[in-house]
Amino acid sequence: MFSLKDKSLADEIVSKIKKLDVDIKFMHVCGTHQDTLVKNGLDILLRDCGIEIGQGPGCPVCVTTPREIEEMLLLSRKGKTVTSFGDMINVPGETESLRSIRSEGCDVRTVYGIEDAVKIAKANPKKEIVFMAVGFETTAPTTASVILNNNPPDNFSILSCHRTIPEALKAIIEMGEIKLDGLIEPGHVSTIIGTKPYEFLSKDYNIPQVVAGFEPIDILMSSWMLVQQIENGKSLVQNEYKRAVHEEGNVKAQKAIKEVFYSADLEWRGFPTIPKSGLLLNDKFEKYDARKKFKDDLEELKNKKFFEHKGCRCGELLRGLVTPKECPLFGQACTPETPVGPCMVSIEGSCNIEYRYSEK
Amino acid sequence: MCLAIPGKIIELDKDKEHATVDYGDGTKRKANITLVSVKTGDYVLVHAGFAIEVLNEKEAKETLDIFREMLSPGEDI
Repeated sequence: MFSLKDKSLADEIVSKIKKLDVDIKFMHVCGTHQDTLVKNGLDILLRDCGIEIGQGPGCPVCVTTPREIEEMLLLSRKGKTVTSFGDMINVPGETESLRSIRSEGCDVRTVYGIEDAVKIAKANPKKEIVFMAVGFETTAPTTASVILNNNPPDNFSILSCHRTIPEALKAIIEMGEIKLDGLIEPGHVSTIIGTKPYEFLSKDYNIPQVVAGFEPIDILMSSWMLVQQIENGKSLVQNEYKRAVHEEGNVKAQKAIKEVFYSADLEWRGFPTIPKSGLLLNDKFEKYDARKKFKDDLEELKNKKFFEHKGCRCGELLRGLVTPKECPLFGQACTPETPVGPCMVSIEGSCNIEYRYSEK
Repeated sequence: MCLAIPGKIIELDKDKEHATVDYGDGTKRKANITLVSVKTGDYVLVHAGFAIEVLNEKEAKETLDIFREMLSPGEDI
């Protein structure tokens, strides 16, 4: 469509960064960025230039909590038809995944998007269809749009697991476990929210940020822009992905999110509760809220405590503290065929990406 | 999850809520267009069955030139 391949330009960026002799650490929060990095060997190339880039909590499936997965498992076992994106149904809960409970006779279906789930509800008026709505700001407006425009039937409901990125970035910085010299912001989240919601991070924490696209040249250019900011003592939000991201974002999508959801304090896998980081359905749309509609069904989970699987380091990985290969389970007890944690399940998870592109 | 694929709008549906998107690799698929304002011929990013943003064609074509300029000496932030 638009070719952005230019080897001489890529070489020029790399040689310019190399000359500066830096020793810095960046974080990005997007599985697609991680895929571009590892698939094209940019992680190694940039490491040779003195830049370490790690993936933070940028994988919606990975940050979905054990509680949310158990909620869906329980609803499914209580006879609801459960729908979600492909990766989500493969994430292990305490003992089972949504995929594995199909063998108990549970009706679990994979969908491409929320519209497919509504179609299932319309075609099966006697069944209760619950859509597990995971995803960041990129996906939340699709949920909002369907609620506002499609008039879903009464047998359709949503278990909202939508989360927002800037609040998680703030949490990472405030937790202080990792020292970051720059943030590579997710391009597609930013098509929706624009560049302004990141500004407080640069202002309050003096951290350089660049909103980046997904081609190899985008990652290299964004790294160069961050290095330039550091060299010049600046901490700004710059937009490298101008072909898709406007400063103000997609206002129509933002309005839909605001009308349908409110910001709630929410746990993320590997994190304590992050203030205002979740998007839950407003009271006005409570008839679509699976947690309210099936409150009695979910009661038994109310005071239950959840734990990570023994040995799984997904939590630390999502906080940027370890790499996949630092987990003793990686490639041994934990593979895409036998995943222990969600980072090995999701194609956006850094363990899955590392496994897929590593030599075996 | 946040994967979004670029494609070209080739036909708007009568309901004005969907359009056929050509992904340039022989794949043509309907996408929901309620989150964007589009016309036939626009390039969009599609995520989970929804067009989430219209691509700026001019900006896309000039991307590499802009990058080259930014790399030239004396170019400050």
